[in-house]
Amino acid sequence: MFKLFKSGWRDIFAALKGYELAGVLGWQDIRQRYRRSSLGPFWLTVSMGVLIGALGLIFGTLFKSPMKEFLPFLTIGLILWTLITTVLNEGCTGFTAAEAMIKQISLPLFTHILRVLWRNLIIFAHNLIIFPLVLLVFWLPLPTTALLAIVGFMLLMLNLSWMALLLGVICTRYRDVPQIIVNLLQVFFYLTPIIWTPKLLPQRASILLLYTNPFFHLIEIVRAPLLGTLPSALNWQVGILLAIAGWAFTILFYGRFRSRISYWL
Amino acid sequence: MTHILLNNVCVDFPIYNSATGRSLKNHLMKAVTGGLMGSNEQGHIVVKALYNICLDLKEGDRIGVLGHNGAGKSTLLRVISGVYEPTGGSILVKGKVNSLIDLSLGMDSEATGIENIFLRGALLGLNRRWLSAKVKEIVDFAGLGNFIEMPLRTYSTGMQMRLAFSIATLQQPEILVMDEWLTVGDADFQEKAQQRLQEIIKKTSILVIATHSPELVQQVCNRMIRLERGALITT
Repeated sequence: MFKLFKSGWRDIFAALKGYELAGVLGWQDIRQRYRRSSLGPFWLTVSMGVLIGALGLIFGTLFKSPMKEFLPFLTIGLILWTLITTVLNEGCTGFTAAEAMIKQISLPLFTHILRVLWRNLIIFAHNLIIFPLVLLVFWLPLPTTALLAIVGFMLLMLNLSWMALLLGVICTRYRDVPQIIVNLLQVFFYLTPIIWTPKLLPQRASILLLYTNPFFHLIEIVRAPLLGTLPSALNWQVGILLAIAGWAFTILFYGRFRSRISYWL
Repeated sequence: MTHILLNNVCVDFPIYNSATGRSLKNHLMKAVTGGLMGSNEQGHIVVKALYNICLDLKEGDRIGVLGHNGAGKSTLLRVISGVYEPTGGSILVKGKVNSLIDLSLGMDSEATGIENIFLRGALLGLNRRWLSAKVKEIVDFAGLGNFIEMPLRTYSTGMQMRLAFSIATLQQPEILVMDEWLTVGDADFQEKAQQRLQEIIKKTSILVIATHSPELVQQVCNRMIRLERGALITT
């Protein structure tokens, strides 16, 4: 067991040490996608803005929520959810997409997952611009609790990274899993309060729907402080426990199967 | 001290998407080229790409690996580069392995020559600052002039290869792995390139080169092995 842990950790540590490479590759992905476009990655900001505007209008009216409350809630939720789904979906193909590279040069394999994480962080930063804009439109101040969101965000990323790595390994072996993940995430999009607020749920349903949903807790630790409330103790506990248990399991799992990845490609 | 030691190295590739009919499997096992086929404990078809390879390479060794297509030459090179961990046996490699295979891996045709230098450089594990100081040398060697500011797609195939070669041969490897001898570019460049290649090889501690040409082995190597269907037949 210790040997597995060491073998998994060694690769992850080497990848972290060579973070520069993942950085270069991640930037390169963004550049490649938006080459010769005048707005470049800010197209992401635009399309996210359009989506938020449209959804805000429809669901705000539908749920009869005041826009001043609903739109900031929707904005941050949707931006976070986009980050979560793209990291997990692209984590699934993290190794398969890098097949040519993996088969040719010996790099720490976690580098390819770091590349996915970094690429999506850049995209996230572009999307995040919308949030202060929304606050500005409604003339809302950024709450003082917002600083806590940074801690929450780091915890979210810590969780997403083990999930992406674990999925990457599994999906390299079983090529049907990425499709399953796409569908599961679609379901979770509706199960998680992003376009609807938890207040809309009847008491009993909320316990079942919210507390058992890890994504609710992970979004809450970032979203709540940005909206001026504090995440509950349960939100933090789930986030922290998930990170610890998830990483512990993933490192062992990765230690066991890392050397098989190039064979599965 | 560079050293490569392979001890009974086996490499079995699981094939998950082959038609797994029993009769077909038996049929395949009689195939003439390629590794031996069989099945593993889980019943998956496996190709035995390498079988019980023992090899001890020390400083100064220049070894030529001969064999038919599918004999396992490339797989052996990849095992030495660390891409594949052996499924059986053990391998020990002391020293940094560089390969001169697929020189343009990771290059982006939309990016400029300069951008590609840094992209390739990062993949080769070159320090960014060190690389910045070397840019002029690379451009001069590749003879690209102002083209270096242009996207790679505007280059001819020869020009792309010249750039790739100039970046890949920038650092002196301890252990060099090659698949066939490299010939790049037009007559003028070839001469320059050969010179640089010779120089690198001279300074390399261990050279492993896979080839079909016994003449090449005679010219550059001091040892030779022959692979046949994944097994070593002469040392």
